[in-house]
Parts: sequence; C-alpha cells; structure tokens
Amino acid sequence: MSDVVISVRELTKRFGDFTAVDRISFDVRRGEIFGFLGANGAGKTTAMRMLCGLSFPTSGSGTVAGYDVMREGEEIKRYIGYMSQRFSLYNDLTVWENINLFAGIYGLSKRETEQRAAELLERLNFSSERNALVGSLPLGWKQKLSFAIATIHRPEVVFLDEPTGGVDPMTRRQFWELIYEAADGGTTIFVTTHYMDEAEYCTRVSIMVDGRVQALDTPARLKQQFAAETMDEVFRTLARGAKRAE
Amino acid sequence: MYAIEVNNLAKSYGRVQALDGVSFAVRRGELFGLIGPDGAGKTTLFRLLTTLLLPDGGEAKVDGLDVVKDYLAIRSRVGYMPGRFSLYPDLSVEENLGFFAALFGVGVEESYDLVEPIYKQIAPFRTRRAGKLSGGMKQKLALSCALIHRPSVLFLDEPTTGVDAVSRCEFWDMLAGLKQRGITILVSTPYMDEASRCDRIALCNEGHILGIDTPTGIVGQFRSPLYAIRSRRTFALLEAARRQQGVVQCYPFGESHHLVVDDTFDKEQFVRALSDFEDLHIEPATPTIEDVFIKLMKR
Amino acid sequence: MKGNFLSFVKKESLHILRDTRTMLVVMLIPVVLMILFGFAISTEVNNINVAVVAPERTDGVKDAVERLSQNEYFTFKGYIESDQIDECLRSGKVMAVVLFAADYDRRAAQAAAGVPTEPIIQLILDASNVNTAGSATAYLQNILLGTASAQSMFETRMLFNPQMRSAYNFVPGIMGLIFILVCAMMTSVSIVREKEVGTMEVLLVSPVRPFKIIFAKMIPYFTISCIVLVTILLLARYLLGVPMSGGVMGIFSLSLLYLVLSLSLGLLVSTIASTQVAALLVSAMVMMMPILMLSGMLFPIENLPKFFQVVSNIVPARWYIDAVRKMMIQGVPMVVVWKDCTILLGMTVVLLGVSLKKFNDRLE
Repeated sequence: MSDVVISVRELTKRFGDFTAVDRISFDVRRGEIFGFLGANGAGKTTAMRMLCGLSFPTSGSGTVAGYDVMREGEEIKRYIGYMSQRFSLYNDLTVWENINLFAGIYGLSKRETEQRAAELLERLNFSSERNALVGSLPLGWKQKLSFAIATIHRPEVVFLDEPTGGVDPMTRRQFWELIYEAADGGTTIFVTTHYMDEAEYCTRVSIMVDGRVQALDTPARLKQQFAAETMDEVFRTLARGAKRAE
Repeated sequence: MYAIEVNNLAKSYGRVQALDGVSFAVRRGELFGLIGPDGAGKTTLFRLLTTLLLPDGGEAKVDGLDVVKDYLAIRSRVGYMPGRFSLYPDLSVEENLGFFAALFGVGVEESYDLVEPIYKQIAPFRTRRAGKLSGGMKQKLALSCALIHRPSVLFLDEPTTGVDAVSRCEFWDMLAGLKQRGITILVSTPYMDEASRCDRIALCNEGHILGIDTPTGIVGQFRSPLYAIRSRRTFALLEAARRQQGVVQCYPFGESHHLVVDDTFDKEQFVRALSDFEDLHIEPATPTIEDVFIKLMKR
Repeated sequence: MKGNFLSFVKKESLHILRDTRTMLVVMLIPVVLMILFGFAISTEVNNINVAVVAPERTDGVKDAVERLSQNEYFTFKGYIESDQIDECLRSGKVMAVVLFAADYDRRAAQAAAGVPTEPIIQLILDASNVNTAGSATAYLQNILLGTASAQSMFETRMLFNPQMRSAYNFVPGIMGLIFILVCAMMTSVSIVREKEVGTMEVLLVSPVRPFKIIFAKMIPYFTISCIVLVTILLLARYLLGVPMSGGVMGIFSLSLLYLVLSLSLGLLVSTIASTQVAALLVSAMVMMMPILMLSGMLFPIENLPKFFQVVSNIVPARWYIDAVRKMMIQGVPMVVVWKDCTILLGMTVVLLGVSLKKFNDRLE
C-alpha cells in the first residue's frame, strides 16, 4: 500500500457563484497528524465533507484511503472514522451499547466487537464503566471514548472536528496521548480546529484562508517562516488578509 | 472597596455539587479572569452573581449589594453576556441594540460614547439580521448590548468560545479599552492562553478555585524544574520518558513534551537512558499557566 | 417607563411580522377551516339518490314522489322492484329506498282522519354514514308525511337550524379551537423560544419585571386574535349565512374573555415547558385534543361516556363553544348564557393567577 493516505489535487467546490473551496492540493502521509486550520467560513468544513465522501467536488481530484472522492464516496466512508465535538455518542445509551452500535454500523462481527470492546475498555481504564450511561460520564471521558469508538473499525484515517474543546489541561493531554498512540500504530489523523494551541500538537498544519490553502508545513517551520512565537500569531497574520466572513 | 465579593459560595443541582465553597474578591476597575474547563462551575458562579440563581450557602456581593436581598438593585447595575448567543436572530443589529436600551430604560445616544468603539465596527451592518452575522460580529453586538446601560460591573461568560483566533484577539483588546473606562469586568474562559490578558485570574476546576493571582504570579508558583523534550517518535518518547529516574510527570505539550522532574533527576543520565532516540532534543522550558493548572489539579 | 413598554410590544411584533410563514398560517387556517367545514366536510344531506318501491302507483304515491323529486336535497332515481332494494343500496346507486304500502292511499286517509293504522311507509337507508343517514331520515319523514293527510302521524320539527346546516355547529367549534391555537400555542412557543435561545437570561438580568415583558408579548398575539375573530365572524355571517341573531356584541365580548383565557393558558404552558418542541407538544396534547374530543365540537357532550362528560367540565372550550353556539344559532342574548360566562371568567382568573405566580424571575 502506498504511503500517501490522502491525496488531493486542485479540489474545488462551488455553490452557485460562491467558491467555498478553491483548488486546494495536498498530501497526507500514513501515521501523520494533519492539522487542518482556518477561520470560520474559510472552507474547512466543506473541504472535510468532500474528503469524507459526504459531498462531491465540483472539480479537481483526490483519493482518500485509495478511493476516489469523485466516484467512491461510499467506499471511503468504510475506511474512515469520524469524531466531532458536537455529536459523537448517544448519551442515553450505555458505554457498551454505544460501542456495539458503532461496531455494528461498520459491520464488525460479534466476536470482533467483543474482542475490540474489551481491548478498548481496558486501554481507557473504562472496564468498570461498561454499563454506565454515556450521559453520566465527565466530558473528558466522553471525548476519549468517542475517539476510541471512532477508531473501533481500525480505519485508515480518522477525521476529528474540534475534538478537545472545553476540557481541563490534563484530560486534554490524555486525549492527545490517545491520538499519538493511534498515529504511532499507523492511523492517519486529520484534525480540523480553530484553536491554534491544538495545532501545535500536529505533525503538519495547513491553514485555509478564503477557500485556499495559504500555508502548509510543520508548526516549527511555520513559526520560523512567519517570525512568530506561537501558531496563534501565524494564524492571525494569515487570517487578517481574509476577505470573506462566514 | 471591592466590586465583587464572594464568600464561601456554594450551589448544587441535585447530587451534583456545581460550586463548592468558593471565595474571592474583585477590585473596582479590575479585569478578573475565571479560567477553567467545562464543569468547573464558571457559569453557575455567573448566574449566582447576576441573581439568576439562589446560592445554597455562603454569600456574595456585587457593587456592595447582596445577591439575594438586593437582587433588583443589582440587575440595573450589571451587564451580562451569557455563554451562548443571547440576541434575537430575527431582529436587525440596530433593533437589538434599541431593544436592550429600552429594556434598561435608556436611550441609545446616552451611552453611545461607551459603546462606540465596539459598535462602530458592526455599524456598517446595522440593518442586517443578528442571526446572519459572523461569530466575531455577533460577539461585538452582544457586548454592545450588555454595555448600553453603562453597567458598573460586566459579567462575560465564555465570550470567546467558538470564535476564531483573530476575533478573540480583537475581543480582548476591546475589554482592555473598557477597563480604561473604569468598568469592572469578570470574564471566564476555558483557554489558558487568554489568561495573560487579565489583571488577576482564578484557576477553577470542578467547583473549586485552585489558585488566585496575577498571571505572572500564578506561573511563578511553578517552582520545580521543567524541561521540554522532543523526538520524531512522539508516542514512544512519552512512554520511555515516564519510566526514567526523577521524572514526576511527562505530558504532551504542543510540539514537544513537558517533563516535570524532582531533585533526583539527572539530565545526562536521562539522555543516556534514551539514547535510542537518536533525534532526542532536551532543553529547559518556561512553565505556562497550563503547567501550573496540571500541577494544582494533581494536588 | 411607558415608552419602554411600547418598545417591547414593537420588538414582539417584529418577531411575528418577520416570521411570515407562521403569520400566513395563522391568518389562513381560520379561513380554510371555515370553508372546509362550511362546505366540504358537511354532514348535510345533499344530492341524496332515492329509489321508490310502490306496488300500486296511486295518486297518493305519485303525489309523494313528486314532492320528493322537487326537493333540493333529493334526487329521484326511479321506481324499482322490491327484490332490487338490496342490490341498489349495496352498489351505492341510491342511498335511500322508500317503500309504500299496497293500500297507501286508503290507509293514509284513515291516518289523516285519526284512525290508528299500521305503518304505511318504510324507509330503508344506507347507514354507513350515520350522520347523513340520520339527517336524510328526518328530511324524508318531513317530506313524505309532512302533508296534511299524514301530519297527525309523525311530526318532527327542526328548530333554530331548520335546514340542519352543520356549518352552524362548526363555527363556534372552530372559534374555540383557533383562539387556543393562536393565543395559547403561539405565546407559549414565543416565551419558551426566549428560554431556548438564551435571551431570557438577559431579560431576567434587567431591572424590568418579567411580567411586563410577558404582557408586552401578549399584546401582538391578542391583536392578531382579534383580527382572526373579526374574520371568522364576517365569514360566518356572509359566507355561511349563520344568523347571529343573539347580537354580535355579545359574541364579541365573550370571545375577548376567551382570548384572555387562552393567553393565560399559554403563559402557564411556557412556565412548564423548557423547549419549543415541548411547548408545542403540551399545547397539542393538553389543549387541542380535549377541544376536539371533549368540547362538544365534534361529538355532543351528552353522547360521551359519563367519565368524559365530567372531564369535559374543565375544558374551557366546552363552555365557550356552548355559549357561542347558543348566541349565534339560537339567538339568545348574553344574559341567558351567564353560567358559561361566569365559569369562563373564573377559569381565566385562576389560570392567570397561577401562571403569573409560577412565572419566576430567576432561572430556577
């Protein structure tokens, strides 16, 4: 298998005469933690939808996990995981029921489900919470659990949409450790966020402004390039040039 | 004289203790930050101070008035911006502002000088419906509405959540401007990096206050040696570092990991032990508020 | 503070005006309902096909059939044989069959003279639509026996609504329903919306007393309801020809009382519900269903099981509809329905009191 998991060339999405995503091109390698940043309305969400097979590009080409974003949206969905801060788990189901549900959605067999669920609960130290309602768990636990569930079918790529909002610094680091571990195991991580301190954790970062990728490099090199102390400064320098709002 | 005095304030919802005996005081004209994650009790504290909730225990004064007994008097003196968008999305920018002025029985002109620096940035869109504004503009309008009656104390509950970096930065600049006009501001945020914009901060977690000080004072509380370590093999380094002598904690911190150590730590020995990380990079690091927070949480 | 209050009313009116779709629905629903109930969904007898079985086509029979075919509600489909009755009814060709006795003329004369006789006419009806069948029976009896010769034998007279037009009955019902819909449902949803959006928090943290804001909210809805009320009354009078002989002013003032009651009900719902969906559901289940089922709008209260008859006493619409019906159709003045009015007034006071008391000026 090739080492490039996401490859995008001149990908464009237009809504009427509004170009939401304007000819973006980039590659994401296996095991990379790729930060996909942009201000509100820069086109992040639209771009990510195309990569997840939820929306067809107007023009350009791209592959995710070896499948064509133009034609093979359904195949793509099978090889990716998705976690968003807004929705990921059902609060009124127990931990186990949630695991079982998502394992079922991705077509895992009963035995695989049992085995991976046990593994997952073990790794998160959650075994005692197996029958607890997800709604009753602290936010940090929910986030860790939803990441674990988003990767239960061992996807090639996991898309994380603003994953660590609102938790304490310690829980947040535990969450990043999970991400590091997954990346270490060869899963590619694609993170969209508009919190720049999350960007510092990524292997490489792309910054979108007005539908275009304006910068793409490691955080260290970006900071160097823009003579900035933090990613926040880098981002502000770029985003100040933005023409369009939400 | 303090603008806000909170003494052993407690509040619970059923079995959940949202606020567990919190005490602090905010000086007049101070920009005071409550920094902590979701569930720290920040919103509950705001609702108690703005008289929307009744405390279970303890007492609090705003502008010298008791939050239980003098709640009506407090309501005409404070400005409040709740955590979520609290304007009428179907009314235009100027209709919203006009309505909130009427709510406090004032004319928009009377306080326009106070609101102007903020409002003029959204004035070009004054006929646009509030629901159609961008996140940053909504926030400016909400702040204008909260200021229209010249409050002496301003309560801002997570004003920068969900707003992009550029707008967040502008927002803090606006707060600095309001502070110049003598308004006391109590602001909460889950983002540690915003702490430096406050005069003093209180770190909160799970209904408690972990520490109160100026941002530099808080960072100064971190006395143990701190290193930043880095390698291409991020995850493996984390696990290996934790096994070494003298390492109290090792956690991811952006591009590198932060290594909190005690007296028994020997740098040379550490580097030798991790010699199979050929690209290992280690250097002393300056602690940040997050490091302090993690340390205080552990206690 | 007066200008202040007006600006609240203005803001509330803007909310309503901006929501054109809801506005349109509220204004159109009464009109559509009136037309629907007035014409389409009617239990009126109209164009009923009738066949006649008469062993001897005597003068008396011919006379009766003549009267039948001239009546605007019936269409005479011809004579049939008695063995065809079943087939005719079953196929739906006719809805009613009139059977004359063999010696109809003689016995009709006997009956006219006051001599007791056996039944001389038999009516066979397709009763799959009970209402229509019932009305048709009454009509047929009137037509066939209403002649001088047979009057002594059977007499039914329809008072107040001699043509038995069902629209008359539905107008008060529609009024009872619409005002709850506009006032109670829309006010509760609009108050709860402020809770849901978060603006309620800001409103509460202001020196204005919450009930002032609430009253400001009610005024535009009250105004809309008044417009709807006038529309309904005009439609009822001029489109459906409801007599309104009891005086329009009485109906109008009673309706105003009912509007205030509905607004209080809406306020009460808003203190219980915390989401717009919940407010809608509560309004629909707790208010609409009883109005439809227990107010006498669709089913006469006397026909309900005993238990529901008792329950219907606490449904405000029941009293309102009853009073309006009497005033509109029987033409009685307001004083006659004093009992209904008093009950409605009492309910209003209680509801308004409870909801204002429950309305909290804090979040808990």
